[in-house]
Amino acid sequence: MSSATVADADIDAGDAPARRAAVRASLTRKRVVVPVLVLAFVVAYLVLRVPEGASTGNTAAFRFFTDVRDWVDANRDTSPLFLYGLNYLRFGVSLLVDGVGAALAALGFAGLVGVAGALAFVLAGWRTAVLAVAGFLAFGVLGLTEASIDTLSLTLSAVILSVLIGMPLGVLAARVGWLGATLRPLLDVMQILPSFAYLAPMTLLFLIGQPAAVIATVIYAVPVTIRITQLGIAGVAPTTVEAATALGSTPRQLLTKVRLPMARPTLALAVNQTIMMALSMVVVTALIDAPGLGEEIIRSLERVNVGAAFNAGLAIVLMAIVLDRITTNAARRASASHHPDARRRLLVWAGAAVAAVLVALLPLRMPEFPITSPVNTASTWIEYHWYDATEAIKNVVSTVLLNPAQSVLASTPWWLFTVAVLVFGTLISGWRSALIAALAAAGVAGLGLWVHAMQTLTTVLVAMILTMVLGLTVGVLFARYDRMATALRPLLDAAQTMPSFVYLLPAVALFGASRFTAIVAAVIYAVPPVVRLVERGIRDVPATVVEAAQSAGSTPGQVLRKVQLPMARGGLLLAANQGIVMILAMVVVGGLVGAGALGYDVVAGFSQREDFGEGLAAGFAIVLLGILLDRLTQGISAGNGGRGTANR
Amino acid sequence: MTTTIAVDHLWKVFGPRPDRVVGTPLAELSRAELRARTGCLAAVRDVSFEVASGEVFVVMGLSGSGKSTLVRCLTRLIEPTSGEVSIDGEAVREMSAKRLRDLRRHRAAMVFQHFGLLPHRCVLDNVAYGLEIQGQSKAQRHRKAAAMIELVGLDGHERQYPDQLSGGMQQRVGLARALATDPAVLLFDEPFSALDPLIRRDMQTEVKRLHAEVGKTMVFITHDLTEALRLGDRIAVMRDGALVQVGTPEELVGAPADDYVADFVREVPRSGVLTLRWITRPAGDGEAVEEKPLPCTTVIREAVPQILRADRPVPVHDGDKQIGVVDAEQILPMIS
Repeated sequence: MSSATVADADIDAGDAPARRAAVRASLTRKRVVVPVLVLAFVVAYLVLRVPEGASTGNTAAFRFFTDVRDWVDANRDTSPLFLYGLNYLRFGVSLLVDGVGAALAALGFAGLVGVAGALAFVLAGWRTAVLAVAGFLAFGVLGLTEASIDTLSLTLSAVILSVLIGMPLGVLAARVGWLGATLRPLLDVMQILPSFAYLAPMTLLFLIGQPAAVIATVIYAVPVTIRITQLGIAGVAPTTVEAATALGSTPRQLLTKVRLPMARPTLALAVNQTIMMALSMVVVTALIDAPGLGEEIIRSLERVNVGAAFNAGLAIVLMAIVLDRITTNAARRASASHHPDARRRLLVWAGAAVAAVLVALLPLRMPEFPITSPVNTASTWIEYHWYDATEAIKNVVSTVLLNPAQSVLASTPWWLFTVAVLVFGTLISGWRSALIAALAAAGVAGLGLWVHAMQTLTTVLVAMILTMVLGLTVGVLFARYDRMATALRPLLDAAQTMPSFVYLLPAVALFGASRFTAIVAAVIYAVPPVVRLVERGIRDVPATVVEAAQSAGSTPGQVLRKVQLPMARGGLLLAANQGIVMILAMVVVGGLVGAGALGYDVVAGFSQREDFGEGLAAGFAIVLLGILLDRLTQGISAGNGGRGTANR
Repeated sequence: MTTTIAVDHLWKVFGPRPDRVVGTPLAELSRAELRARTGCLAAVRDVSFEVASGEVFVVMGLSGSGKSTLVRCLTRLIEPTSGEVSIDGEAVREMSAKRLRDLRRHRAAMVFQHFGLLPHRCVLDNVAYGLEIQGQSKAQRHRKAAAMIELVGLDGHERQYPDQLSGGMQQRVGLARALATDPAVLLFDEPFSALDPLIRRDMQTEVKRLHAEVGKTMVFITHDLTEALRLGDRIAVMRDGALVQVGTPEELVGAPADDYVADFVREVPRSGVLTLRWITRPAGDGEAVEEKPLPCTTVIREAVPQILRADRPVPVHDGDKQIGVVDAEQILPMIS
């Protein structure tokens, strides 16, 4: 125990009434200050606003990035950085990808199904094995065998690398104080970055193609590996470690015989989460020319062939579910309460037998029934019959929310916006977070993408409002009606395991290509976790408090408004923070389906050589926007929101 | 009798720059003052004692008195701030990491309050852990472990896992694990506090039995006075990191060193702990006494019938020498 925490605890205990009084005073102060400030900024906006659409006109940043690209292209085979570092990295990763790909190809489709079934059987039981076999067979039925194998081999390569890098780092981070402290903020930032933001720098350093895709995926997935591994190792019971130390274990013995085995369930969870993150990213890397199911989707979207996109989307969803089920159930078996029995060897043989039987039984060519044409028929029908309804929804949201918000944001001078972020950020989450957020805002302006960033921000804010309304409603309903929660929870679980890309498809099917499509996709993507957090927040309110309120004669509505929601505030604010980061990620991906703005800039940067600089700048702008939104909202949930003392 | 463990002016100070406390005027401050002044917590303050070979030495104190820190300092699970600890004459604080591991592997084992068993290993492999990390072969360590499991009465449970056992059984595993390496010293850190009272009594009996059978030197930490009196050859009472009194159960109950100890032992039935020595009065001049004397080491409770039945005071002997007499007048206050 460090003495600092001792001292803090003392001060807290001693000055609790004084602190509470101070908080109350600051609340009263806020009640006066906030309206005044809001008024001041409204006046300032009215006086100072600039004509909408006037870009800051600064393309110096674009030119700079294009110059960087040109320099890299010119020196890729001569600069020592590339010659002795990055090119080798690229080469090594491509060897790995080729190796994994060759191994999967050597198995053949029948062998792959057999191995998947056998692995699932040994690791996770026969039920999961049935699911795995059915899921993998479906790739063949959908006519996507090759694309699925490509996606799988990219995912596996990225997972192998992430685990090889992430687990040792996670162990070290848990054991070596300064390393953990250094990694924490770095991982924080990496985890709020939308997947899109990783792509452009990767192509710069590693060109396009599979190695770049795998490296981008590793960067996206490895924070999760490190985080969860660190959590698992740090969570090992100190009494057990002490007992093993007292028996004379060496540090190495402590690691291999105590810490790692005891953390095994958490390590299995780390692998599970790494796989899910990797799969989600591998699909996106189709944008930098990685083969597989993502490529199918992008090609289909370009040709406005919703059916073909759905076909590939279904394959992705099935792959996500199978991989998730295998690893989740394997993790459950790894937990301490499930003890290995003597039948293990028997089980392995049985697994091998299952594989052999499957391989023998499978026909060489699968009958193919892609869902392309039925989905296209349905989509056309929807377009034809629901056009008025979907168009009306789209227009109402556009006129009521999107357009006014966008015109305000886009006509605010960037410096006024930055000052507003600084002032309100300080009020919400303290000057430190506000300063970071304001610097991020200024950085966006510096990149010369102010108007596009404001368009993206508008989309994010509108999606956020819709997500919170929907998430709160459903979350409250879930907390209230057990049966509804049990019935729909599997749906939420499934939704959370799906790669983000897939969410675009239903939105496109309903609303065509537009800004609003991205909003719909983002809402579908972000609602499940928000629902979950809201529900848990409300359910975690102690039963005794609710009982007391009821016995005082509160109506159910009063209990909700006056007791449950205020007490669940922490959960709600966390939901807002998580939701907004997810929404940004999705809105940016929406650039593929007509959402324009920063997301489109990134995509254009890949496809058109002369737009590379702008695309890379847009990638950085997305990063800055992510940091801005995260800092502003994280402050609410972690800072001086009044629940600090409960958390100590 | 040889000394197995010797502790000399041992200090453990937690907090920023703990070295500045010992040997300076700061060391004279009370715990609370030191904490307010420097932010340092003196968990163990200037503790000295010796434990003889084969003795059961109990350290007793309330929670926060520093007793668990003290026992961890003995094998440097917690690094002492200053002072000396020696086991079998070897200075523990000067040992290299390797030497220290050897000490922990072969000579001093510990039993913990929360057991500290490995949940992913069955009982047999838990008990064999200490032998495994020494590099013993599987057959050899399993044979020894099985013998220890039998010794603590867990035979038949070798293939079960810790979470399938009750608390008392888990602590028997902890005990067997500590015994498996055949150490000369056993350290117990409140081993039975997490168990319910009936099981606790069973386990105490178990420890007494094992002590009689295997004859180890034991240091036993507890906050339970009854446990201390039942097990201890000698008892050290700890308060705010310092030793208040060290003595036999009899000395503690009969002559508490201060109010703190007196408060502790107030509820103890004195007739069960004290011996006749404590109530003997000098014989009056030419006073007629019974013929059959009692040794002065007799526990009062056991002498009651004989003394009450006697017509005259009973003489009390220390060896061959008469040190005084006892009659009903002395006995009655003790058993009322």
